[in-house]
Amino acid sequence: MQKRYMSIWFSTLLTDWIRIKRPALSHLPLVFSDKAGNRMVITAVSKEAALLGIHLGMPLADARAIVPNLEVIENQHHKTGKLLAALGGWCIRYTPLVGLEEDQGLILDISGCAHLWGGEREYLREIVNRLRGLGYHVRAAISDTMGTAWAISRYGKISPIIKSGEELNALLHLPPMALRISPMASQKLIKLGLKTIGSFISMPRSVLRRRIGEDSMERIEQVLGQKEEHFSPITVPEVYSERLASMEPISTRKGIEIAIEKLLSRLCSSLQKDGMGLRSALLQSYRIDGKVIKTGIGTNSPSINMSHLFKLFSLKIDQIEPKMGIELFTMDAVRFDQLDPGQESLWMAENGTGGQKVTELLDRLAGKLGAQAIQRYLPQPHHWPERSIKKVDSLTEPLSLPWRTDRLRPVQLLKVPEPVQVSAPIPDYPPMLFRYQGITHQVKKADGPERIEREWWLEKGEHRDYYQLEDADGKRYWLFRSGHYSSEKASQWFIHGFFA
Amino acid sequence: MATVKKEIIGKLQEQILKLQGFKPERNAHATDFGLGIISTAFPGNIFPLAALHEFLATNLEDAAASGGFISALLAVLMKNNGVCLWISTQRKIFPPSLITFGLSPERIIFIDLQNERDVLWATEEALKCESLAAVVTELDEISFAQSRRLQLVIEKSRVTAFVIRKNAEKLSSTLAAARWRISAMPSVAIDGLPGLGFPRWHVELLKVKNGIPGNWIIAYAAGAFRPVTQVPFDGLKIRRAV
Repeated sequence: MQKRYMSIWFSTLLTDWIRIKRPALSHLPLVFSDKAGNRMVITAVSKEAALLGIHLGMPLADARAIVPNLEVIENQHHKTGKLLAALGGWCIRYTPLVGLEEDQGLILDISGCAHLWGGEREYLREIVNRLRGLGYHVRAAISDTMGTAWAISRYGKISPIIKSGEELNALLHLPPMALRISPMASQKLIKLGLKTIGSFISMPRSVLRRRIGEDSMERIEQVLGQKEEHFSPITVPEVYSERLASMEPISTRKGIEIAIEKLLSRLCSSLQKDGMGLRSALLQSYRIDGKVIKTGIGTNSPSINMSHLFKLFSLKIDQIEPKMGIELFTMDAVRFDQLDPGQESLWMAENGTGGQKVTELLDRLAGKLGAQAIQRYLPQPHHWPERSIKKVDSLTEPLSLPWRTDRLRPVQLLKVPEPVQVSAPIPDYPPMLFRYQGITHQVKKADGPERIEREWWLEKGEHRDYYQLEDADGKRYWLFRSGHYSSEKASQWFIHGFFA
Repeated sequence: MATVKKEIIGKLQEQILKLQGFKPERNAHATDFGLGIISTAFPGNIFPLAALHEFLATNLEDAAASGGFISALLAVLMKNNGVCLWISTQRKIFPPSLITFGLSPERIIFIDLQNERDVLWATEEALKCESLAAVVTELDEISFAQSRRLQLVIEKSRVTAFVIRKNAEKLSSTLAAARWRISAMPSVAIDGLPGLGFPRWHVELLKVKNGIPGNWIIAYAAGAFRPVTQVPFDGLKIRRAV
């Protein structure tokens, strides 16, 4: 299929932006200035200021001398890239492939998109009118090559839409600058009297190359479509992505639900064809006022179960605020995995469908309460109690080493051991009594000590000598003494857990 | 003669239960928890599955004892594979300890939440899922209406729910099939050896629907409940039965 590109040029991007933000500045001569070396230089000029003779690169002091009441906004040059990226994001509604262009422009790969708006003329008019409605001065052009679209959007005077194969004709009357060649090269050509592209384009290549250099020749070939050119899109489209544009802006819950259902069914069927299942999906709602609302869901195992996925989204519909209305929905499969019907591990349930239901339940819980709420533990080869287990995300990860049964561990374990007062006889004897939360417990039976060394390669500190204690009521506690017994200072005791 | 009388009494009891609106488990294949004489407290001598069981555990010691008792029950429930959900805020349960009670800790999915409302919501959602073996919930309070919501869900899904109530100050009545309190008892030394013996608990069945409340002492050793003895009501200092 023949590639078609559209170039959009924001001639006065920064000044337009500040005027949208601060309408009081409209119709005033306005410039942006930034530091260049030791002085302030003008980096953006509004139309009004340009008419008064101020141009780019002029020192700010000179500009102030020409127009004393000049409005100056300083140090905002970094904004250009951000603004363009935001506008590029806005343009995603017209094509999935949008890239940034040199000299304040956007390049859109519109191959196969324009007919959805009723043809290229309508497509171009729609975009330009919308952008102008937002308050930006824009010019746009459509052509077979990125270079030609660039040239026509900047310098074109006749028609913004160049039919396939007519690039050269359209360029003939434009100045050499339109070829995106270096300023030096274009200056040279003009000095030689070659003021239009038509006057030198048919010259032998070798002659031209000698005059303007290899780089410029490459640019010319790209403009004419003799050499391929690529751009890097600001968002790489997902492999599985669906979009749904609405005729009228949608602002009701029902409408959003219908949109989600439609997108999900399309996404699921395309995933199913490849034997894939959805792990996480992103719904983007493009609001009419230019905002994009992102809603994401995740599942614990690959799924193409429509009703289940829809339930996950329906938990989040409340977060989608339609305001004036939503004109476009897109849904991407951000993460997807091989859909394997036999992947349910045996422990989930006796029959395969049981595991499915459990994972769907966990998805619902994760959707509402956050995935971090769901925890599963497996043993770790560490003696230190806090490190003896690890959290695992996956529900199917099998036991890699057995649970230890040789040592009794408390049913209730305090996250942080709490200090207790203890009276213990000579070293290494269990305490006789201890005081915890104001209650004194007489120790009747005791086991221990069980010495657990701190893993010195992981952290520094004292070892722990654990004792299992039973008080007069039969309540059982897990206490430890931190470090060695010493006669000089009292040793520190802690309570760490409660046995059943 | 005596056996005939017993049969007649048994039949009459069944009829009374029916009149009271108690429906025995449809596939009345009783799961044996090894609870011994405790089962006689339940209607039809069957531990009620697919029901709400309440455990009062106001302090950490009782919570540990209840945790042990519940784990032992869960181990039986999850014998034929299955998953269990443990829903709580500020969870202190230490998974590796549950292996002592015959439970595989990797088959428990812990849901750690921030507030009580989420816990109730998650419990209700979990109880809707019939593939779960059981759901354990740690809660401060549960009102009558909330317990009825859970009960209605349970009736559909037939999942057993264990609710550990951490706050018994404002004890409201609920629709629970049984209300338990498990507290620690001094252990008996093993073969006269020094040190700690097997855990022994004082099991109080404070309320049981269509059954007879009671008091027992039970020990847990080597993967089973060991000698279970009934305690006469005046034998122990009975706590205020709420």
